[in-house]
Amino acid sequence: MRHIINLEVENNAGVLARIAGLFSARGFNIEALSVGQADPNATARMTLVVRGNDEVIEQINKQLNKLIDVIRVTDVTKNYYVSRDLVLVKVTATPTKRNDISQLINIFGAKVVDISNKTMILELGSSEAKVNAFIETLRPFGIKEIARSGTISMLRDSSGTF
Amino acid sequence: MTGAEMIIHALKKEGVRALFGYPGGAVIDIFDALYNSDIPFYLTRHEQGAAHAADGFARASGEVGVCIATSGPGATNLVTGLATAHMDSIPIVAITGQVHTHLIGNDAFQEVDIVGISRPITKHNYLVSNIDDLPHILKSAFYLAQSGRPGPVLVDIPKDIQQAKTSKPYPDSIEIKSYKPTIKGHMPQIQNVSKAIAASNRPVIYAGGGVISSSASDELRQFAKIINAPVTTTLMGLGVYPETDKNSLKMLGMHGTEYANYAIQEADLLIAVGARFDDRVTGKVDKFASKAKIIHMDIDPTTIRKNVQVNIPVVGDIKHVLHELNKIVEPKENKEWLEQIYKWKKDHPLKYKNDGRIQPQYVIEQIAELTNRKAIITTEVGQNQMWTAQFYNFTHPRTFLSSGGLGTMGYGFPAAIGAQVAQPDKIVVDIAGDGSIQMNIQELATAVLYQIPVKIVILNNHSLGMVRQWQAIFYDRRFSSTCLRRNINCPPDCDQTGENCPKVYVPNFTKLAEAYGATGFFTNKVEEVKPTLEKMLNTPGPVIVEFEIEAEENVYPMVPAGAPINEMIRGMA
Repeated sequence: MRHIINLEVENNAGVLARIAGLFSARGFNIEALSVGQADPNATARMTLVVRGNDEVIEQINKQLNKLIDVIRVTDVTKNYYVSRDLVLVKVTATPTKRNDISQLINIFGAKVVDISNKTMILELGSSEAKVNAFIETLRPFGIKEIARSGTISMLRDSSGTF
Repeated sequence: MTGAEMIIHALKKEGVRALFGYPGGAVIDIFDALYNSDIPFYLTRHEQGAAHAADGFARASGEVGVCIATSGPGATNLVTGLATAHMDSIPIVAITGQVHTHLIGNDAFQEVDIVGISRPITKHNYLVSNIDDLPHILKSAFYLAQSGRPGPVLVDIPKDIQQAKTSKPYPDSIEIKSYKPTIKGHMPQIQNVSKAIAASNRPVIYAGGGVISSSASDELRQFAKIINAPVTTTLMGLGVYPETDKNSLKMLGMHGTEYANYAIQEADLLIAVGARFDDRVTGKVDKFASKAKIIHMDIDPTTIRKNVQVNIPVVGDIKHVLHELNKIVEPKENKEWLEQIYKWKKDHPLKYKNDGRIQPQYVIEQIAELTNRKAIITTEVGQNQMWTAQFYNFTHPRTFLSSGGLGTMGYGFPAAIGAQVAQPDKIVVDIAGDGSIQMNIQELATAVLYQIPVKIVILNNHSLGMVRQWQAIFYDRRFSSTCLRRNINCPPDCDQTGENCPKVYVPNFTKLAEAYGATGFFTNKVEEVKPTLEKMLNTPGPVIVEFEIEAEENVYPMVPAGAPINEMIRGMA
């Protein structure tokens, strides 16, 4: 099963290497990883997307907790959460195709961030499933390049599911 | 205070009694500060020797072992020692020099990313990039090494940081917000343990190295007495329960006793105490203790449910958990079960043949008797290690020091040096094979010059015996490169010793001992074993004793790797 794990970590050099090293040394797979820092004086935040049965996920959680630089491990998939992926897609868009693409952009709530004679770059930040659907829908137009971030996520205080 | 002075100051504050290491360009400043210090420093002949000596010091004393090496090759030479300590949860602080901060990443002379290299083989490590961080990092290193599940911590200190000045004091205590080991066991879980014990008919206690780390041997013995359960120990746990006791099952697993393995397989309750269900213990894991409910007490939550499913986990320090448990657990008799255990012990004792030649098991029994089991025994790795584990009958914790997890040949001798420094009044004996002892033989210089009277007993079968044993049993006697007489003239497919075999064996260990200024004895006669050992014990200073033993002697019983532990190959005897 797919799990999204949020980590709060010390903002030390080498933290990412410790986490990546743990996964490779123990044979765990990371599907996606995103790292960022909201506040320069604060701890750093990482989001991992991992896949495994209950035992594997339990070990991943425990092993992450055991790392000295890891402050908190939260498996958000056990709770109500929101998660987002960000994607940039460069799609072939000759002037005649632009209208068709614009309709899709409206449906998905995406944005146009660049436009040229031959291509457009589109931006969408949404759930993983919606981002996947967006990419598949654009595929017939001819995708030239995709850049996609790892998932980021946050626990909800409400019990909503969006 | 300079960084180098701060390091020495920190070692003093931590009560470090001995340092093991080797100088080099990137640590000259630390050695310069050491010049005026009264902390005894032991100059080993190889950094690996220093790491193992620090490890042996830690195991023999329960204190943190400290080693120092320079950047680059000095640091990489520590790697095997760190990995050894990491696998066996031994508290070590390793201090390495590093090139100047402005040179880091430039492939400078003797530069290596030791923090990167040692990341998976240390509990934690640090590169000090700011002099004002140094006191805090050193304090953290000592705290991390010995708290929770102990382990090695490496601190990499660039040369300019050693020279820089700081006004920051060395902290008296420290708190790491992301590191809070669970010490006290969860009381409701301890009550569940107590209930499970009351409900059991065939309990077995399976005790490991965690009992030693937590100094809980007394609590364990009391616990075993209250519930009247048989006790088996892992290699790392030898000595936590007296193996001379009627309820001792001795060691379990691949080279464990038949009765320990039978008891595990028939138990209805397995009480794991500070052990981690290593593959050498469990054999085929889904057949291990398959009739038993499993209780697992350990300070490290990652060990729980890592290899086996557990019914009642208790995370906490073993000493605390057993102390609480002993207050509430009800006494038991387990009469029928113990009768069965005693029958197994009577019917399937450890044994060896007696054919007039020197049997290694006999040598080990004699060492145990002549020292009244009060010596500290270290071993190398392989047959010498397993025979020692089987035939010595350990009765005290911290008297058997051996590389369990990593299985490091060359560990025993430098570890014996460290142990002797920690416990100068004890007899320290390294039981070695002729392969392993050559892996750190250079430390004879250290032992002789620092007057460290370690005794080395070499069981010389002229072979890499344990690999040879596997080749004999599982590889159709194709003895590829396990004969230590092998030379340039031997055919590649030589499969046994015979008339055409080379007569020359090197080194001559007696002469080697003498070359270093130590004493050497040799015998190949069984009646001379005891007098030779007596001579060894009565000779001051380091002594090497070489016993020539038979190459074909194997370690039995043996569970083939991956088989259930009750399916053992028995010996010929």
